[in-house]
Amino acid sequence: MTQPVSADVETGAPAPEEPPPQIKLTPKEWVATNLFGTWYDSLLTVVFGIGIGIAVFFGLRFIFITARWEIIRVGLTSLMVGLFPRPELWRVWVALFVVVLSVGFAVGGARRMVLAELDQEGDVATLGLRPRVDWLQLLRRLWPVLAFLVVILAFSESVQTALWLILLLGGTYATYYLGSRLPRSAARHWLVAGLIGMVAAFGIVIWFGGVGWDDWGGLMLTLFLAVAAILLSFPLGVLAALGRRSSLPGIKVVSVAYIELIRGVPLITLLITGQLMLGLFFPRDVVPGLVVRSIIMLTLFTGAYVAEIVRGGLQGVPQGQYEAAQALGLSPPQMMRRIVLPQALRNVIPALVGQFISLFKDTSLVAVIGLADLLRVARFQLPAQGAFAGQGLFAETMLFAGFVYWVFAYTMSRESQRLERRLGVGER
Amino acid sequence: MTSETARAQVRPPFWRDVRILKVVIQAIFLVIIVTVGWLLWNNLIGNMRASGLPTGFDFLDRPAGFTIIDSDFRPAQTNLDAILVGVKNTILVSAVGIVLATVIGVLIGIARLSRNYLVRKSAAFYVESLRNVPVLLIIFFASLAIIGRALPQLENAWQVEGLFLISNRVIAVPWLASSGEATFPAVLPAVFLAIPAAALTYVWLRRRELRESVRRALLVAAPLAAFLLAGGAVLAFVGEPSQVSAAVTFWTSLLTVVTLAVRVAAWRTRLSDTTGRPHHRVLWALGTFVVLGAVVYVLLGAPLDLTGPRLEQRRISGGISMIQAYAALLVALTLYTASHIAEIVRGSIQAVPRGQTEAATALALSPTQRMRFVILPQAFRIMVPPLANQYLNLTKNTSLGVAIGFQELTTVTGTVIGNGNPASQSIAILMLIYLTFSLLISLVTNIINRRLQMAGRR
Repeated sequence: MTQPVSADVETGAPAPEEPPPQIKLTPKEWVATNLFGTWYDSLLTVVFGIGIGIAVFFGLRFIFITARWEIIRVGLTSLMVGLFPRPELWRVWVALFVVVLSVGFAVGGARRMVLAELDQEGDVATLGLRPRVDWLQLLRRLWPVLAFLVVILAFSESVQTALWLILLLGGTYATYYLGSRLPRSAARHWLVAGLIGMVAAFGIVIWFGGVGWDDWGGLMLTLFLAVAAILLSFPLGVLAALGRRSSLPGIKVVSVAYIELIRGVPLITLLITGQLMLGLFFPRDVVPGLVVRSIIMLTLFTGAYVAEIVRGGLQGVPQGQYEAAQALGLSPPQMMRRIVLPQALRNVIPALVGQFISLFKDTSLVAVIGLADLLRVARFQLPAQGAFAGQGLFAETMLFAGFVYWVFAYTMSRESQRLERRLGVGER
Repeated sequence: MTSETARAQVRPPFWRDVRILKVVIQAIFLVIIVTVGWLLWNNLIGNMRASGLPTGFDFLDRPAGFTIIDSDFRPAQTNLDAILVGVKNTILVSAVGIVLATVIGVLIGIARLSRNYLVRKSAAFYVESLRNVPVLLIIFFASLAIIGRALPQLENAWQVEGLFLISNRVIAVPWLASSGEATFPAVLPAVFLAIPAAALTYVWLRRRELRESVRRALLVAAPLAAFLLAGGAVLAFVGEPSQVSAAVTFWTSLLTVVTLAVRVAAWRTRLSDTTGRPHHRVLWALGTFVVLGAVVYVLLGAPLDLTGPRLEQRRISGGISMIQAYAALLVALTLYTASHIAEIVRGSIQAVPRGQTEAATALALSPTQRMRFVILPQAFRIMVPPLANQYLNLTKNTSLGVAIGFQELTTVTGTVIGNGNPASQSIAILMLIYLTFSLLISLVTNIINRRLQMAGRR
């Protein structure tokens, strides 16, 4: 938590900021205060020390001695892309490059805009005042991602993959750098650039004689489901939130019914509905595939939660903003689009990121209805494959899949907390 | 008159008149919704007819034709009975899970704020590693890797004879069991139903505003009447002593004793509020519970024994046994939800303004007193809504038992559908039941929330 800046009570002017005095502890003092402060502290330290020791011993023994990691080594491609046709694998690599590079570019552009907003002096001044890259801090932020890459490299055991991944990292930093040096007029379109990159990557895999999403699998399918569902559910959620706050009873009732109905049932029942029943709602000749049905259900599900988040944001916009907009003669749609929604959405960005993380984890439920996502490959396909069948190597595959989920979710939640701190949301 | 016409003339044309527009927009919206709904419904009915699926709910009364593991459900019983067994199992997991997750979650949440470096960091490790992994993966892991692989076979289970037994098929712990021999005089359940009736009447009367003399008379007479009436009704209804079920008697008496203990605690609190004397309400309530419980236990003729699990030729006798799927689901949901609850607890404690801590320190309260009397009561108020949300999530997540074959509501409904019964109606029932659970939990939360807000003076 950031300390609030102390202010002069009389004038309201912020007092000159002084850093709190740093108390340097010698290692001995640190141990005395942090581990052996009181007699029960010492007791806790001993008990926890022994417990942690045992846990670490068994954990390390499993990871480095008993675990049979060859199942991951053999099945790494399946975990990443499922049953994706191997001759077409180059498409995934190209798409990966396009996505990561354009996202790097978009993040750079977004950072450029944030810096420009912080400093209204103009482009030159901002460029001069740009804070230097703090590598240690960056490492502290991104170590899970690096660990992930190292683990992938360790299992793939291929120089080629290593080269590609290093190229990918370097390229990402290059596009990020490029994005953060753009003139403001260009950097404003960072979101468009990111979206174009995603659509292009999608097209590279699917179009030009590519592979349809019914053959996708593994981590690739997991990410696709999560991104597709969040992009589709966002407009749905905003509309439902506006509908719920509407003064028109007809619209309000429908929105409330949708939101409360969806929020009251578990996602898995919705997915089963999609699996067993959604086909019945369509004419017989246009029944969509299981992936599309899952996306529809994930979208409906997340939409209801996004609606509640956005509603919270809308309630947080002061009444005066509405009145000011009306005094300016804006029509209700203009008022919403130009005055209210921008403020409401800005306040709920962290909550939306949280919802996205939750959705990312929840996509694993499609494994139950038979989509070959990361969890299904780890739970059903790999342990039943070839020489590993019947050996019950679930711990290995589950730990690996769990690690992959963890890296993504943990990184996103850490970044979202950072964002929250920078936006100053929830500070009092 | 002229002003009326003038106003009518300055009225904007109808396509810009807000009053008309409001109606038109809603009409268009509703027409679209209804049309889409009707189209979908039409497709549904048409498709169901075309594939020969029945559109009614008759299948609920037909025999289910399957057995349910770990229950005495017979295939001849109806589909509705099967679904009810599923509901029972869902409640069994969520109720136990909620209690365990709360205990573990609160402990870890407080541990995250510990001054001890090791305690703090291990709690953080627990929370950050479990919170960021899909719950379904944890369920699979608990079922396949922990219980399925790390635990021993039933033959060489880890056990302390009569205390616990852990194997990869079954986990058993001690439990209360009816000793069977004791007979229950019918008067006892009558008494135990009559006491709450009398207590309720007493409480109700205290709330009424009556003239003092009438009130005094009624306060004695009415509970007595309620007591006699309720007791007599039960006696008349039950008849023969042997027909009284031991379980009903036991739970009724337990409920009565607990209610009385709670009333005693409330009375001590009130006394302390008015006189300022120390209330010792926990001691008083515990004392009431122990003394009354012992009296009742003796009166009932020692109806229950604590039995421990024993392994006899591949069968377990005594105690209560959890099958692998139940244990896995319970462990996974508990640990996962506990990691979320820990974050809520930590956040709520940190959300209490710093000034409160400083004020408590200035009043020379010890750290424990500070936590107990100043911080936690305020943190608890912040905690309730998100905590209830987690309980709701846990209840909904029990539906993931379908992935490991635990026979809860979703799994049973899936089996019913798999046996050729119509999917649409079954799923509608399934969703309705989950909605009911959600509504019940929200209702309880709202009540608690209101009570807490009344207690607050902010």
